[in-house]
Amino acid sequence: MISGSYQMTGCDLTLVSIPERKSLLLKGTATHGIGLPMTEHRKLVALQDAAGCHSPQLFKGVAGDLIARKIPSFLRLDRMASSVAPLALCASAVAIRENSKAFGRVSMAVAVNVSRFESVTMAPPDPILGVSEAFKADTSDAKLNLGVGAYRTEELQPYVLNVVRKAENLMLERGENKEYLPIEGLAAFNKVTADLLFGANNTVIQEGKVATVQSLSGTGSLRLAAAFIQRYFLDAKVLISSPTWGNHKNIFNDARVPWSEYRYYDPRTVGLDFDGMLADIKAAPDGSFVLLHGCAHNPTGIDPTPEQWNKLADIIQDKNHIPFFDVAYQGFASGSLDTDAYSVRLFVERGLELLVAQSYSKNLGLYAERIGAINVVCSSSDAAARVKSQLKRLARPMYSNPPVHGARIVANVVGDATLFNEWKQEMELMAGRIKNVRQRLFDYLSQKDKSGKDWSFILKQIGMFSFTGLNKAQSEHMTNKWHVYMTKDGRISLAGLSLSKCEYLADAIIDSFHNVG
Amino acid sequence: MWRGRSWAVGARSMSSWWSNVEPAPKDPILGVTEAYLADPSPDKVNVGVGAYRDDNGKPVVLECVREAERRIAGNLNMEYLPMGGSNKMIEESLKLAYGEDSEFIKDRRIAAVQSLSGTGACRLFADFQKRFLPDSQIYIPVPTWANHHNIWRDARVPQQTFHYYHPESRGLDFAALMEDIKNAPNGSFFLLHACAHNPTGVDPSEEQWREISHLFRVKNHFPFFDMAYQGFASGDPERDAKAIRIFLEDGHLIGCAQSYAKNMGLYGQRVGCLSILCEDEMQAVAVKSQLQQIARPMYSNPPVHGSLIVLIILSDPDLKSLWLKEVKVMADRIIGMRKALRENLEKLGSPLSWEHITNQSSYSLEKCKEDCGDGNVNVISEIGMFCYSGMTPEQVDRLTNEFHIYMTRNGRISMAGVTTGNVTYLANAIHEVTKST
Repeated sequence: MISGSYQMTGCDLTLVSIPERKSLLLKGTATHGIGLPMTEHRKLVALQDAAGCHSPQLFKGVAGDLIARKIPSFLRLDRMASSVAPLALCASAVAIRENSKAFGRVSMAVAVNVSRFESVTMAPPDPILGVSEAFKADTSDAKLNLGVGAYRTEELQPYVLNVVRKAENLMLERGENKEYLPIEGLAAFNKVTADLLFGANNTVIQEGKVATVQSLSGTGSLRLAAAFIQRYFLDAKVLISSPTWGNHKNIFNDARVPWSEYRYYDPRTVGLDFDGMLADIKAAPDGSFVLLHGCAHNPTGIDPTPEQWNKLADIIQDKNHIPFFDVAYQGFASGSLDTDAYSVRLFVERGLELLVAQSYSKNLGLYAERIGAINVVCSSSDAAARVKSQLKRLARPMYSNPPVHGARIVANVVGDATLFNEWKQEMELMAGRIKNVRQRLFDYLSQKDKSGKDWSFILKQIGMFSFTGLNKAQSEHMTNKWHVYMTKDGRISLAGLSLSKCEYLADAIIDSFHNVG
Repeated sequence: MWRGRSWAVGARSMSSWWSNVEPAPKDPILGVTEAYLADPSPDKVNVGVGAYRDDNGKPVVLECVREAERRIAGNLNMEYLPMGGSNKMIEESLKLAYGEDSEFIKDRRIAAVQSLSGTGACRLFADFQKRFLPDSQIYIPVPTWANHHNIWRDARVPQQTFHYYHPESRGLDFAALMEDIKNAPNGSFFLLHACAHNPTGVDPSEEQWREISHLFRVKNHFPFFDMAYQGFASGDPERDAKAIRIFLEDGHLIGCAQSYAKNMGLYGQRVGCLSILCEDEMQAVAVKSQLQQIARPMYSNPPVHGSLIVLIILSDPDLKSLWLKEVKVMADRIIGMRKALRENLEKLGSPLSWEHITNQSSYSLEKCKEDCGDGNVNVISEIGMFCYSGMTPEQVDRLTNEFHIYMTRNGRISMAGVTTGNVTYLANAIHEVTKST
């Protein structure tokens, strides 16, 4: 029995956090003790939060001894839960003497510097960017980067189009200001973009039935459209091709729009599974959104024929589906801007309302400027005005208004007859280089592969990419043995291939295809 | 191209898919400029949107920016930036906000990504907050920039408000502010304007910031700073970052949205930075990776042009020093216009008090208490681009309809749009509509 009252009037507490972030160290020194001999044990015990509640779920600790006045004792506490930071800690000290206890308590608000984002884990690396990084790290002379979806010259250098340089010089000379664009973007840009997609003489343009909003390239256009779908078509689903560009799924997931897949790629033929595609689109609930690649399907390079496009339009019309085109390669597929717009214009002619997400990243080489547009073709100009206003409303809390630089470049190139013609020529050159490379690759493959395998799919595919038909193990073999960098789904970017490397690549493909499981 | 099928099938499009899409209300801020542009009157004045104008009412491209653009022209290429944007530009941005020699930068404790100006930074943070702390809310000051509400709403983070502006004294309602901070559940998220509060122009004093920071420590709240006007408020970027530095000294793990729209005049380039101070480098890497995951399905990677301009200016000592001079010129012109507007209104004999318009930066809390004899009082001074006039929406409408003066209906005047050429006209018009108040 302790006679007299025990007071512990002072206890210095210091918080020392341990680098692993999993533990805290409490250093306690009893500074005052009244009526208690020095030999008594004083213990520094558990913690309570500011409200006086024990928080065993937050910290678990073993009581340490406060041996003597002014000699600090340490209490180590291991954090168990990480979701909420402890608020203020009260250290309690208990004096024990001959098995009886007197209890003194000292509170100290020790705000713990624990991050709220403790539980944030590392995001997985990007499946495409990771390829380029691995490529950079490779020291082999033979290495080849066929992962990148960015055009390269025959010398495998990035390419800034001449028309773009000219446009930028014009802009520099004019010294235009950098004021905010309106939320819907640069009017001149929106006009030329809609004209480019649909044809300036198209009825829907003449009658003001197209809502066009400048956005952050293809991704930004898709995201705005997805947000619009989520808000106005709460129960609708988007049908996407299997396979498709990886980011499509991320976009619809983040926008909380449900999606399902329709068959597209047939590995047996390395071609289009058209019957499967039609069947899946037919089986979907009426009024679904059907995401279609306008031309140069990514990642397969396999496009429907004009006849197949017509059949698709029939089915989509019957099912009252809404076509949603992703046009990232207009001009890049065939070399002709008009030819590549065939599918979109066909559906417009049928009188269908539809969406088109469009990008200038590849065809004007404006990748990093983030320039594109979302276009919604409506049945009336009134509907188009209303739709446009709602798209703006979705854009405002995302980024307020779009970046001006790329828009001005496009407006200057596409809106000027001379520059536009020059652009068409450069476009043909770029697409032409890809076609040549396809041909050369096919020639080597046919010539060198004695198995009789039909490699003609390489010629039938179109655009920047080719689906080689190589599986994951074979694709990895391409990298590990041949230093050819590509994505694991067997996709190669022909934009990163030069004529001089075609033979090497053919050897690598033949070896991987035949000698690996 | 008629096919052998009933056109009635295609006639589905006659009753449009978009029939339930209503016209969206005009944006309260950007809609003002639209209306202004449409007005043919030669007397029209635009004091709506917060974009700087010179004394001739013209937009300004800073010399340092022009020089940076000359260096960029004929440049390399336009390859995609990484998802998180330009790392070099980010580092320069962090130095501005956190301090040139900040230990946090050295220790790599800051997760930061290039963002689409201030809006994009706030939105990324709001989405991040929703994803990792789905039960959290955001406390937003009253009033605030209108788009703040849109941003956190579209990110689906529930909002609460806290007292900020004291209309009667045209100053900060400090007592109510502190009360709200105290009453919020521990660990709440608060949106704070680092300097030059938009729309009121009223900032806490240094002493008040210290008290706020201390209370935040006790309550363990999360401070998120929206800093859209660094350099623009006082003319000195270091001084404008004072609030943030106070919080950092006190050990807070802050979040910060920065914008170069105003202070570098890069409005349409959409360049800014979102940063979150973490416990250590490992956590910062994880947080950055997650911010990138949010950016990727929104726009993949940010635009390059503006970030190049920022990088060139901030990393070249001569250009940076030119920039600092030009920012001071802009800030000084605004301060001058504030004085002019106030003098004009007082000369006209306005019944209202317009003292709040001018920036009395040396006006301390103590002096204010002394003057007003009120322990609870607010610092009466305004700073930055905006002036909260206290006019009602009806009075604002009169200004627009009768005088062709365009501003947002909350009575916010963008001082950047005031010139020696229009200040008298503006003062007269304001006096006209308020004199019978």
